[in-house]
Amino acid sequence: MYKLLRLNWFGGALAWVWLVIVMLPLYWVVITSFKTRATYFITNTFAPPVDPTFDNYLTVIESGFIRYFMNSMIVTAGAVIPAVAVSFMASYAIVRGAGNRWLRSINTLFLLGLAIPLQAVVIPIYLIIIRMQMYDTLAAIIMPSIAFAIPLSVLVLANFIRDVPRELFESMRVDGATEWGTLWRLALPLTRPALVTVVIYNALSIWNGFILPLVLTQSPDQRTMPLALWTYEGEYGINVPAIAASVTLTTVPIVVAYAIGRRQLLSGLTAGFSK
Amino acid sequence: MTTLAPPAVRVSEPTVTGGGRGGGLIWMTLPALLIFTAFGVVPLLGVLALSFTTWNNVGPIQPSGLDSWTTVLRDPDLPHALWVTFLIMGLSWLVQTPMSVLLGVFLAARKRYRGFLAVLYFIPLLLSSAAIAITYKALLDPNFGIGNGLGLPWLNQDWLGDSTLAVGVVIFIVSWQYIPFHTLIYQGAVRSIPTSMYEASLIDGAGRIRQFFSITLPQLRYTIVTSSTLMVVGSLTLFDLIYVLTAGGPGDATRALALEMYRTGFQANLMGPASAIAVILVLVGLGLSQLLRRLGGRGDESQQEGA
Repeated sequence: MYKLLRLNWFGGALAWVWLVIVMLPLYWVVITSFKTRATYFITNTFAPPVDPTFDNYLTVIESGFIRYFMNSMIVTAGAVIPAVAVSFMASYAIVRGAGNRWLRSINTLFLLGLAIPLQAVVIPIYLIIIRMQMYDTLAAIIMPSIAFAIPLSVLVLANFIRDVPRELFESMRVDGATEWGTLWRLALPLTRPALVTVVIYNALSIWNGFILPLVLTQSPDQRTMPLALWTYEGEYGINVPAIAASVTLTTVPIVVAYAIGRRQLLSGLTAGFSK
Repeated sequence: MTTLAPPAVRVSEPTVTGGGRGGGLIWMTLPALLIFTAFGVVPLLGVLALSFTTWNNVGPIQPSGLDSWTTVLRDPDLPHALWVTFLIMGLSWLVQTPMSVLLGVFLAARKRYRGFLAVLYFIPLLLSSAAIAITYKALLDPNFGIGNGLGLPWLNQDWLGDSTLAVGVVIFIVSWQYIPFHTLIYQGAVRSIPTSMYEASLIDGAGRIRQFFSITLPQLRYTIVTSSTLMVVGSLTLFDLIYVLTAGGPGDATRALALEMYRTGFQANLMGPASAIAVILVLVGLGLSQLLRRLGGRGDESQQEGA
């Protein structure tokens, strides 16, 4: 019993220490974003602001933040919706036609795709985008983002569709439904939890994407938020509160989305990786 | 990819649920197949092809045999970049794995406050690497940063200006960002260990520590393989964080392989040699994930049991 308590005590202490390590930088960003430039340098960096101000947020918003935010929204929605749609259709076909040799090869191809790191193929992607005359457009970021969302989406969605009892498909068939109708009216509603998971997961990685916007766009107009942040940091340099405000602004939307979709994301992630 | 690297593990063939038909369904896979081929498969073949050219980003692309490969393999920067990459990979594995296992085991118990901790732990995963790098850059300022804030003068180091410290900072931040994810994986895995094993060991008089080493750890074996594969491939392709945090500096202290590829290609316009580095990146990644699977003592099923 003594040993039992000791390990638990150790785990508990570690868990709380880790919580402090995780939260301290986040706390710092938020409080710093409300400090004035002058007070930042004279007060303790972890002390809450004595004279909270929204000026930093105004500065950031005035320098085109809304534009970057919209760009990120367009890229994320423009990539996630098609990616999940085509992945869902492909997963349905792969599960329903599992005996077919071609479909099995297609499935294997997608699974192998999990092993392709985006960084390693960014040069040919850059070349393809230039040849397609899409360089420096949001579409240039969207197209490869869709492609790289497909393998994991197919993996997770196919695992879920596979759990749908075969009898349900059979009875739809007896009722005279086409495969397309079955996909819409049976598979889609039953797979909704997995779809939500895949949407959130992909949205997160595309929203935070850095290398594609860096390599495939050039003009400030086409900048997404992570890239804009990096530019801000270069521009504002010593104005730490303004930088903190821009970090906070880019982070709040995702934290809100996380708060809404948390259960789905976590249960889906665990299930997706465990099957 | 950015925050969560996709697993570089092969997954076993699906079980057959349909009959021999399904040919009429192939069209449903076409949109996915088309775009994945265009921006996934073709670039993978393309990077190999480009490594046998000396394309300079503007001129014509012409085959030039092994020129780019000899350039890269003779370049003294390559061994250094490999060294930095493996150093970050190895040390961050050493930091992340024990932490994630311990936290995962602790959080696996279904207690309310532990659920709350797990919720907060997840937040670093939501942030972009750029945001994280920028935050830490300001926090690590030797004059106005963390040391002064906490009243701990020894923390007032020139963290990003010193070669050794800068590597340590990268390892710390990578761990800060990804321990939550691996904790989540271990938490799920611990919950799927049959409780009967613990009950049986309790009858045999095993304490918590004995249980941890005799039941929990062996049962987590395949999860450790999965989690380690994700960590290793993630470190191998680490780019955003280093690029924003140090841009490879001071000097070339944090110039890891993916950054070396970016610099060679997009800053020096040597697309041929950069493609050769990218091919090395892919090969090292595949080699390491194969190795980890072998070490895990199992073939294709590791993903099934893992996580």
